[in-house]
Amino acid sequence: MAIHLTKESKVLVQGMTGGEGMKHTRRMLAAGTDVVGGVNPRKAGRSVDFDDRRVPVFGSVAEGMDATGADVTVVFVPPAFAKYAVTEAADAGIGLAVVITEGIPVHDSVAFIAHARTRGTRVIGPNCPGLISPGQSNAGIIPADITKPGRIGLVSKSGTLTYQLMYELRDTGFSTCVGIGGDPVVGTTHIDCLAAFQDDPDTDLIVLIGEIGGDAEERAAAYVRDHVTKPVVGYIAGFTAPEGRTMGHAGAIVSGSSGTAQAKKEALEAAGVRVGDTPTETARQVLAVLNASR
Amino acid sequence: MDLYEHQARELFEEHGIVVPRAEVTDSPRQAREIARRLGGRVVVKAQVRTGGRGKAGGVGLAADPAAAELTARRILGMDIKGHTVGTVMLAQPVDIEEEFYVSYVLDRAAGCFLAIASAEGGMDIEEVAATRPEAVARVPVDPAEGVTSATAARIAEAAGLPPQTVDVLVRLWEVLVREDALLVEVNPLARTRDGRITALDGKVTLDDNATFRQARWGTGHSTHHDPLEAAAAAKGIDYVKLDGEVGIIGNGAGLVMSTLDVVAGCGARPANFLDIGGGASAQVMADGLSVVLSDPSVKSVLVNVFGGITACDAVADGIVRALDTVRLTKPLVVRLDGNNAARGRAVLDAYAHPLVEQATTMDGAAERAARLATTP
Repeated sequence: MAIHLTKESKVLVQGMTGGEGMKHTRRMLAAGTDVVGGVNPRKAGRSVDFDDRRVPVFGSVAEGMDATGADVTVVFVPPAFAKYAVTEAADAGIGLAVVITEGIPVHDSVAFIAHARTRGTRVIGPNCPGLISPGQSNAGIIPADITKPGRIGLVSKSGTLTYQLMYELRDTGFSTCVGIGGDPVVGTTHIDCLAAFQDDPDTDLIVLIGEIGGDAEERAAAYVRDHVTKPVVGYIAGFTAPEGRTMGHAGAIVSGSSGTAQAKKEALEAAGVRVGDTPTETARQVLAVLNASR
Repeated sequence: MDLYEHQARELFEEHGIVVPRAEVTDSPRQAREIARRLGGRVVVKAQVRTGGRGKAGGVGLAADPAAAELTARRILGMDIKGHTVGTVMLAQPVDIEEEFYVSYVLDRAAGCFLAIASAEGGMDIEEVAATRPEAVARVPVDPAEGVTSATAARIAEAAGLPPQTVDVLVRLWEVLVREDALLVEVNPLARTRDGRITALDGKVTLDDNATFRQARWGTGHSTHHDPLEAAAAAKGIDYVKLDGEVGIIGNGAGLVMSTLDVVAGCGARPANFLDIGGGASAQVMADGLSVVLSDPSVKSVLVNVFGGITACDAVADGIVRALDTVRLTKPLVVRLDGNNAARGRAVLDAYAHPLVEQATTMDGAAERAARLATTP
């Protein structure tokens, strides 16, 4: 089954004809994703050949959906055009918009996420690596060949930490890995993914990766305590980050005591989540929990 | 990026919000002239991008132009929480009847902006919120609607603010939207003796992602006090100086923060945070390594890369490129996994520098780098 993305998913790529769009469309196809079209208003009617697959370019998401039955769009358009792109996709009624674009003004993200919500479109991102259901489909830029299909669900703000854990647990495998993105406002939260994994019959255990800043992990901890019966193993990055300094992600900033790695770890542990000290140790905890329940 | 108070004041004025007459200077002599223009009696306020300046002595009331010059001389050059005061703002004092607090701030959890308002302004709003939460109104702003007069009236009513503040609340929202701000705060918003609603102090935080359409205030890179941070910023590298001895380079903020933690767990202290980002080129890696190696407190360097988009052979090429120009005197531990890792490892094997060693795991690499930095 997996969450949000399966082998049945038909995927459009907004910004497919740009440099990043081309590169990652090729990688998505290689990972088995059913990429049914690209979207670029200025190149509508053309097509692009990726090795053995010819992918048509549509003028809009609405056109692409009409022609192909697409239900997912992956957005690679530049920051200045992202708001328009996602709004158009939501108006067309797409089910899932995965926004990879980094550097989108927060006011734009707030606007398109709110708009998408009114249209029933789920937004993942922005500024995220996307999501992958290994062996089924890959929507975004997560490397597909570092792990295999399995029964662990993973949700994380950070791309490279996601890859690290996928790789550590490559022999066990994943149902779906979701990179929700590190921006201050994202369309899909840890909690949304926890809820979906809890309901997914093909997920046995959930890995939750967080980092300093905001209170998303604390709120996720409360959700785990109240609603999640599957085992959850956590990891938090940023114990040594100095207060008041931004470290890369716009969201990864600590001010005062709230949002510290320690506070997040304690909140998760209080909710019964095992929290690893390093990514490797986190992977070991996952294996220990899986073995114990066997 | 945080704006200075005088920049916030300028924005408020442009959007039709009443502010005290004021001017900015970096010279005590000019401060005297300004005070004369403003009528003699002035408030002299340090312009720093940090709070608590009043408690630190960065604000003074001067009775006449001569006193303004003395006060400016005292405040200019002061250190307030690590920020050196480079300019002061001189403002006409106002007769305050009442002080309020208003702000629009991003509510990450709700994914929208939140209006926060209180009839008890002028002091630390966090303390009011903590001790008397009922005195602070929090009203979410519908992103599709924004703050209309009707919304503003609801905010004012919820906080117990007088009806004259409604117009200010609408205009402040315009500041937030037009300037792509993540925070607009006025504290205090004062009702003066002549009945006007005046913004006496303001804080505006702009969205760094919006600089492509908001060129006016620059990119804020001038705020780097540390020379290494300034050098890194000039090369477009995401670098934060810390006070340890293990230089750290990685890709992706999460993995780099995690690497810092793992090194700390091995008993060493990270010397920096450096994220080469996604899909980094050999040049970015070379520039990053040069910055880290130029830090005299660095005793060993750890490069931890998990190639997703980033190609590990490009990272290895970057290391080689940097070492061709900078003489390496400190040990370098490299861990490469993911995209093109085998090719990257082969590049470093072929380079065969005696001070460069490779590790096969993140924890192993961190342990090794920590040991190299802490053993004399």
